[in-house]
Amino acid sequence: MIDPITVNNISVSYDGNEVVKDVSFSFGAGSLIGVLGPNGAGKSTLMKAMLGLIHKDQGDVKFGSKTVDSMRKQIAYVPQRSNIDWNFPIIVKDTVLLGTYPKIGLLRRPRKADKEWAMECLKQVGMESFANRQIGELSGGQQQRVFLARALAQKADYFFLDEPFVGIDVSSEEIIIGILREMQAEGKVIFVVHHDLSKVKKYFDGLILINKELIDAGPTSKVFQSDNMAKAYNREFMIDGLEVSM
Amino acid sequence: MEFIQDLMTYSFLQKALITSIMVGIICGVIGSFIVLRGMALMGDAISHAVLPGVAISYMLGINYFYGAVFTGVLTAFSIGAISQNSRIKNDSSIGIVFSAFFALGIILITQAKSATDLTQILFGNVLSVRSSDMWLTLIIGAIVILVVALFFKELLVSSFDETMAAAYGLKTRLIHYAIMFLLTLVTVASLQTVGVILVVSLLITPASTAYLLTNRLSVMVILAAFFGAVSSITGLYFSFLYNMPTGPVIALTATAIFVLAFLFSPKQGIVVGMFRKKFKRKSITGATN
Repeated sequence: MIDPITVNNISVSYDGNEVVKDVSFSFGAGSLIGVLGPNGAGKSTLMKAMLGLIHKDQGDVKFGSKTVDSMRKQIAYVPQRSNIDWNFPIIVKDTVLLGTYPKIGLLRRPRKADKEWAMECLKQVGMESFANRQIGELSGGQQQRVFLARALAQKADYFFLDEPFVGIDVSSEEIIIGILREMQAEGKVIFVVHHDLSKVKKYFDGLILINKELIDAGPTSKVFQSDNMAKAYNREFMIDGLEVSM
Repeated sequence: MEFIQDLMTYSFLQKALITSIMVGIICGVIGSFIVLRGMALMGDAISHAVLPGVAISYMLGINYFYGAVFTGVLTAFSIGAISQNSRIKNDSSIGIVFSAFFALGIILITQAKSATDLTQILFGNVLSVRSSDMWLTLIIGAIVILVVALFFKELLVSSFDETMAAAYGLKTRLIHYAIMFLLTLVTVASLQTVGVILVVSLLITPASTAYLLTNRLSVMVILAAFFGAVSSITGLYFSFLYNMPTGPVIALTATAIFVLAFLFSPKQGIVVGMFRKKFKRKSITGATN
């Protein structure tokens, strides 16, 4: 059983400006959670702070009773597409193979079994016929699927995806959400930074709604309400107008 | 042919050849990572910043290796300290630190009036390589190649996706400084062959040429090492036969190979690209007819 993840009072500031203020929440095994908020709300920052990748002013993250540093091999992270150098000399299957590195450890090379597992993960996202392409030759949706395959290859318990649905085609989006659903059914905990409000109810069963400070966190049906959304986005909100009526 | 006969005859030429080949190889290897991490300017900075270390070593009468490594590492840390603790951007802090170190180096060397000629340090003279220099280069080369081979996996993932590497627990800052340290070693080894000013050419140009030719990092590193070695052997040849300064000949050879790849690379080459477009247009019009 995968331990619940608990965030206590995280605050982060850049150059003296607080960008995440005193955020706390908790989610258990088998959660697919959307991290929601307007541009500049600190969504990606919150995620990086949870992973201990940036300095926190205060607060901590617990995986059950364990710290993030003792859980690193159970964590898979998928960066925003814009943070990747798509001209890097690497082909698709080697990109997925990177996912096996954490468990291979130092001073060892990937073996045949690792390479087969990477191909297996590539098949799951329907990209095996692109295995020998350079990653820059793919479309946005295909690139995102390859990075999801890399995360799958990590055999992790906790997944953190930063804006996986930005600028990708419909079929890729369906493949990705399908896989995330399967992972959820296996009991994994998945956080997804997201900002397309129209599909929130369809995709996520849990939500973290922030605008620097936490507006609300919990089940989607509880969090995704007009008053909460108005608070987060600082304007009137018609949940019905977005075809996501409650 | 005459060159090969001389090579058999003169041991100083053999030393020069071995040193050149090793310098070319390790510059290509480390240069590949420098290019991919967008640290070309950092390579330039470290290579200039070893100069005061060399000068101080001569004043103290110790091997220039120690002083050079010391000021090289000090430069890497100073640049990191400025860009992380202020709003100054990374390229500006590189500019501030390396120009200061280089200026200090020039003053120290002219004051020291040591046996070493300033131009030799600045532009290289591979024919003056002594046995001890050759061995130093070979040891540095062995260290660099060994480290890159053993930690290739970690160098690959941290160069490609630093956040993912840090998320699964790699010490990415340690890797950064380890690369800076290797870069300093490579620079020191290159001092006599290419000289301080043009080390950057042997670091960046062969690696960039290789980058145009392949989609795999392992192949890029090997190609870069090969182009680096070819460039420095050519540099040796011309400086021996025509008494030209080694560094500039090496730099221009590396550039010539780069231009060939830039024009004719099967995937990236602009000439090939033009032909492909023309061919495509023809085949499209052919199809409509």
